[in-house]
Amino acid sequence: MVGAACAFHLARAGCSVTVVDRGAVAGGTSGAGEGNLLVSDKEPGPELDLALRSQELWRELDAQGLGEGFEYEAKGGLVVAFTAADLSALRTFAATQRDAGVLAEEVAAERLSEFEPHLAPGVAGGFWYPQDAQVMPALAAARLLRASGAEVRLGSTVTGLAVSGGAVRGVRTTRGEIPARYVVNAAGLWSGALAELAGSRLPMQPRRGFVLVTEPLPPLIRHKVYSAAYVSDVASSDAALQSSGVVEGTPSGPVLIGASRERVGLDRTPSYDALGRLAAQAAELFPFLERVAVQRYYCGFRPYLPDHLPAIGPDAHVAGLFHAAGHEGAGIGLAPATGEMIAALVAGEKTVVDAAPFRPERFYSEEAQP
Amino acid sequence: MTAVADTVAESAAGNRYDVAVIGAGPAGMAAAAAAAENGLHVALIEGGRQLGGQYFRHPAPGLNEPWASQLHHGWSRFETLATRVETSSRIDVLFEHQVWAVEAGFNILTDRGPIAAAHVVLATGSYERVVPFPGWDLPGVFTAGGAQALLKGNLVLPGRRVVVAGTGPLLLPVAASLSVAGAKVLGLFEANHIRGYAKHPLPLLKNPAKLLEGADFARQFLRARVPLRSGLMVVEAQGTDALEAVIVARPDGTHRRRIACDALAVGYGLAPQIDLALTLGCEHKLLTDGTVALRVDTNQRTSLPGCYAVGETAGIAGVESALVEGEIAGLAVAAGVAKSRNGSPAALRRRRDRLRAFADVLRARHPVPPAWRDHLAPDTLVCRCEEVPARAVAEAVEDLGATDARTVKLLTRAGMGWCQGRVCGYAVACLARRDPTEPPNPADLLAAAKRPLARPVPLGVLAEQDRRNK
Repeated sequence: MVGAACAFHLARAGCSVTVVDRGAVAGGTSGAGEGNLLVSDKEPGPELDLALRSQELWRELDAQGLGEGFEYEAKGGLVVAFTAADLSALRTFAATQRDAGVLAEEVAAERLSEFEPHLAPGVAGGFWYPQDAQVMPALAAARLLRASGAEVRLGSTVTGLAVSGGAVRGVRTTRGEIPARYVVNAAGLWSGALAELAGSRLPMQPRRGFVLVTEPLPPLIRHKVYSAAYVSDVASSDAALQSSGVVEGTPSGPVLIGASRERVGLDRTPSYDALGRLAAQAAELFPFLERVAVQRYYCGFRPYLPDHLPAIGPDAHVAGLFHAAGHEGAGIGLAPATGEMIAALVAGEKTVVDAAPFRPERFYSEEAQP
Repeated sequence: MTAVADTVAESAAGNRYDVAVIGAGPAGMAAAAAAAENGLHVALIEGGRQLGGQYFRHPAPGLNEPWASQLHHGWSRFETLATRVETSSRIDVLFEHQVWAVEAGFNILTDRGPIAAAHVVLATGSYERVVPFPGWDLPGVFTAGGAQALLKGNLVLPGRRVVVAGTGPLLLPVAASLSVAGAKVLGLFEANHIRGYAKHPLPLLKNPAKLLEGADFARQFLRARVPLRSGLMVVEAQGTDALEAVIVARPDGTHRRRIACDALAVGYGLAPQIDLALTLGCEHKLLTDGTVALRVDTNQRTSLPGCYAVGETAGIAGVESALVEGEIAGLAVAAGVAKSRNGSPAALRRRRDRLRAFADVLRARHPVPPAWRDHLAPDTLVCRCEEVPARAVAEAVEDLGATDARTVKLLTRAGMGWCQGRVCGYAVACLARRDPTEPPNPADLLAAAKRPLARPVPLGVLAEQDRRNK
């Protein structure tokens, strides 16, 4: 997704672009996500700025008529608190978000059923985030890539980077060398390995997630609904299992329940504990789900960087090499603004969102510390 | 003493069985009986409400027709086996327990809660392989096995004037039972040429019973005037609200012929149902007909210690093989528990090997003709659950960058519906190849055999897992 967005914006800026992928389109994290475009879960800071800019760009893509092709839905998000203490923490959190430009409106407990008629009784209160939206991520990547007009080489594995005089000259692939003035590393989970090929590095790690998919249902869940505990899970750096179910309907009918977070390497062994936790949390939000059939689940790996921020910008050592990776679970949402930022940086222009916090070299100075 | 338990709570009471057998078809029944007769405590877990599986499917008590007794070959085998299972005090038969996953160790996760067992025997049988063609979603079009199940289980005919088509040995008993039950079978169309059997004389001669069975069918078809034609397949089904006719042609589309009929029973063979095993991480193998089966050793052990696979799960081979393999696995598990060096009797293993050699010949002789995809129309549904037409699959492959079946699924939703790709998985694996002359990618065929949940499971049952942990 991030690569497709970079291709889209670079092509629009006038570059001739070739996209190389060793697999198919959306074969990595993009194809294993839920397609969340969230601002509600982000605390004020650089990631939120990038998310807000992305929301504008997603809306633009939709206005251009592309949205239908990837099921863009500006459905809004509802964050609910089960206890008075959670609600008061959520209220404080929302206030800081509002100062940063997020639209957030408190919804009293008795009015929650207007938003979600099937929500569990006994919820203390909640917040309504109209900017939250959703896309079908694999279609979004495929359609954006197609709309970019870039040359696409699928099934080509990058085997090395051609570097001379400290500057990149192109990439070597299993199907020949591609000369290029600039190379954008948008290899997600594998962007660390790709950086190494250039003699550089990114401390990328996988953070596993499971998503449950139910049988198709009529539209019973209208928005993205999750419990206030989700925000602290996303921000956590703990390797152990964290989970707070985000529940949402989809245009094709199934309800998606995601997602757990744990750092266990690239292990795909099913964790029935993680699945059970997601199910229990979803049933807590929407009791009617107890009797709904789960048809399948999927497992994916988020590209995780230690400070939870993506690396976007030029490599510190190799001229012409740019990184656009490490968006963790927010890559779909953050992709358009990332692509826009990369296009501006390549052109040497001013970026819309401040690029400084995303500089890839921030990890080098950290390394020096114990 | 019959021990039929309704719920897990009654039966297991938190105890661990020596062995859990999943599936009460011929292979599972044989495994359970053999293990119990050798001293083991067995849970025989079955999703349905009767013993016998697909092969020995029979009507509920009270339902009868004069011809019902002629629907089964060797019914006495079932009766003997059922008696062994039902009279054993060491077997708990757990009907209506849907197994959705198995945890290593073993914990059999069912919709009625988990069942613990030291060993597991997978006897989960097979499902039918079909490929799409224009009109295949019309009422009146059945899978060959579906028509057979309707007849055996409900004593209901799919139609009066029936065409049987596709490929593989299943078509013979299907045509025979339809004819016995009073349908006019207008033709049995086997897509592959039968003359190729002459190339494999040894396995044929070593299985004289199989040859006699074939001759038996031939006599039956002659008597009932069922025309048997090979090298022809159904390329289209026609009708407005229901099936009115089929177009039969050579795979290359020549020799087209219209046959008016009110039912079609079509199937392209069976595929092992091994989703539980694949999720457990058991090793698999790709067979010549593009199906994926479990790798087993001479005692039916899979690559995972304690986990055995019998019958169709180890590759489609039919009922005799299933019965022998069930006995072998049951005896082998018992020998393992007793720490005996003897596994299963060599005579049983030789018989199994002979039957397997014959099955290998059958498999090689009955591939799906690759030309099936030439007969698709743009609006032919490839995935019926999600209503995905061939046009959408072509767009994903040609325009949107899908180079494998997984991405076709992601971009089109093909295979995401109720059947989780059991029906369209093979077709999608073929269509993911941009070049129609290339056989499907083995990784895509494997993906089509894999389902992380073997059955849909109520969310509350999953949630129960979590509540138990607390």
